[in-house]
Amino acid sequence: MGDPIVIVGAGQGGLQLAESLRKEKFDGEILLIGDEPHAPYTRPPLSKALLLGDMSVEQLALRNPSALEKKRIGLLTNTRVTAIDRVAHTLRLADGRVQAYAKLALATGSRARELPVEGADLAGVHRLRTLDDVLAIQKELESARRVTVIGGGFIGLEMAAVASKLGKEVIVLESSERLMERVVTPPVSDYFLALHLGKGVDVRLKTQAQALAGNDGRVSSVILHDGVVLDTDLVVLGVGIIPNAELAEAAGLACCKGIIVDTCGRTADPDIVACGDCTATLIDGRMHRLESVQNAVEQAKAAAAALMGLEKPFTAAPWFWSDQYHIKLQMVGRSSGYDQMVVRGAVEEEAFSFCYFKNGVLIAIDSFNSPSDHMVGRRLVGNSAIRLTPEQAADKSFDLSSALN
Amino acid sequence: MVKAVYIDHEGTEEELDVPEGWTLMQAAISNGIDGIEGECGGSCCCATCHVYVDEAYLEKLEPMSDTENGLLDNTVSKRKANSRLACQIKASAALDGIVIQTPEAQS
Repeated sequence: MGDPIVIVGAGQGGLQLAESLRKEKFDGEILLIGDEPHAPYTRPPLSKALLLGDMSVEQLALRNPSALEKKRIGLLTNTRVTAIDRVAHTLRLADGRVQAYAKLALATGSRARELPVEGADLAGVHRLRTLDDVLAIQKELESARRVTVIGGGFIGLEMAAVASKLGKEVIVLESSERLMERVVTPPVSDYFLALHLGKGVDVRLKTQAQALAGNDGRVSSVILHDGVVLDTDLVVLGVGIIPNAELAEAAGLACCKGIIVDTCGRTADPDIVACGDCTATLIDGRMHRLESVQNAVEQAKAAAAALMGLEKPFTAAPWFWSDQYHIKLQMVGRSSGYDQMVVRGAVEEEAFSFCYFKNGVLIAIDSFNSPSDHMVGRRLVGNSAIRLTPEQAADKSFDLSSALN
Repeated sequence: MVKAVYIDHEGTEEELDVPEGWTLMQAAISNGIDGIEGECGGSCCCATCHVYVDEAYLEKLEPMSDTENGLLDNTVSKRKANSRLACQIKASAALDGIVIQTPEAQS
């Protein structure tokens, strides 16, 4: 038998890629290498159900050992790959071992961005990215009274919602002028600002943490850029992620905001594909990096097919969701550049959708407790055959799916 | 442990022991049952754990939420009267022996 297909990264994308290879009838050896101590697990509940205590660690597991065995997927956990030798077709592992590969898939994911301020290394300051991060937060959350969340993006706000639900005094610091600025439209930001304020969360926009201060090595206060000092028992950072592209970059693969791949997950090296958070794709002349389960899973499927010589590009409209309190936000499409927005449903009933149009064409839908709009939206957005006017979208009695016919 | 029988669209059966409190989606994911995808990790937002529940157990399930109902309106395989999302079915003694059928496609 020849060398295996090696997948670096044992998260959602890496596992999917392994299983998709089997689905595409690959019969050779598959080796999945992850640097976390855990077997593949699902990440979305980390900042939601797991943190809230509604779910156990065991329930996060994506596959138990026998399920992996059945599909003949080898797994190395706690193993970091330090270099790729593309000429020799080998990987160097942190413990010095060398692993040969026939083909290579990079599903290295991303890591939480650090906060470049003094005191960020104090005890009681946490990132929220991995299972171990969340277990550490959970342990300290119990006795904490005041929780400071730095960063008003999805992760920060989900953390704030959980801490608030658990009865903590919560402060959210966001440096830009609105919440989730990079990824949602102003009306969505406004809605969530009001939601959090209504729950008693102290949201401070245009506010930066300048330093963290502590007692005996443990954080006790946050010092803001204007000198204000906020007492705190716990700090959680949600200031974005950095794609783990260094391994690829050091091996000479082109990277720009991530490992550059085409819509089939292919890099410029015919024996190397990549998927998930660590990748970036050129779309309409701009480099895009999607940080989502959908992207990890769909790119993995495309990349597995590409390794088998098949062309199955991932081009569907991006979707994403966030749970905060009783509100389920589901987004589909790219809303940037919209010139018209209509509201579908009743905002006061907390079940509605914002539908975005550009030059009269539907480009995105953000649904609040309206899963049906979202699911139909996934089929509508990006489908050039559909005809849907803003007036129809705004009319709740108009059946969105009829636009598909 | 609660016994649950998963039958795929071709009729192949697999019986699992599901810990109480786990959802039928989680047990399927953990055991690598191919007919269930559970892409969102059980957050009730992707409709890729659609199953048809044996009539004998249908009434024993918790009533469905508006969210689940809305998602089931848009499944890839046809919704039937006994359609549910496996992420919303928690294993309990009352459901011991439950039989669910996975649809032809989830996505």
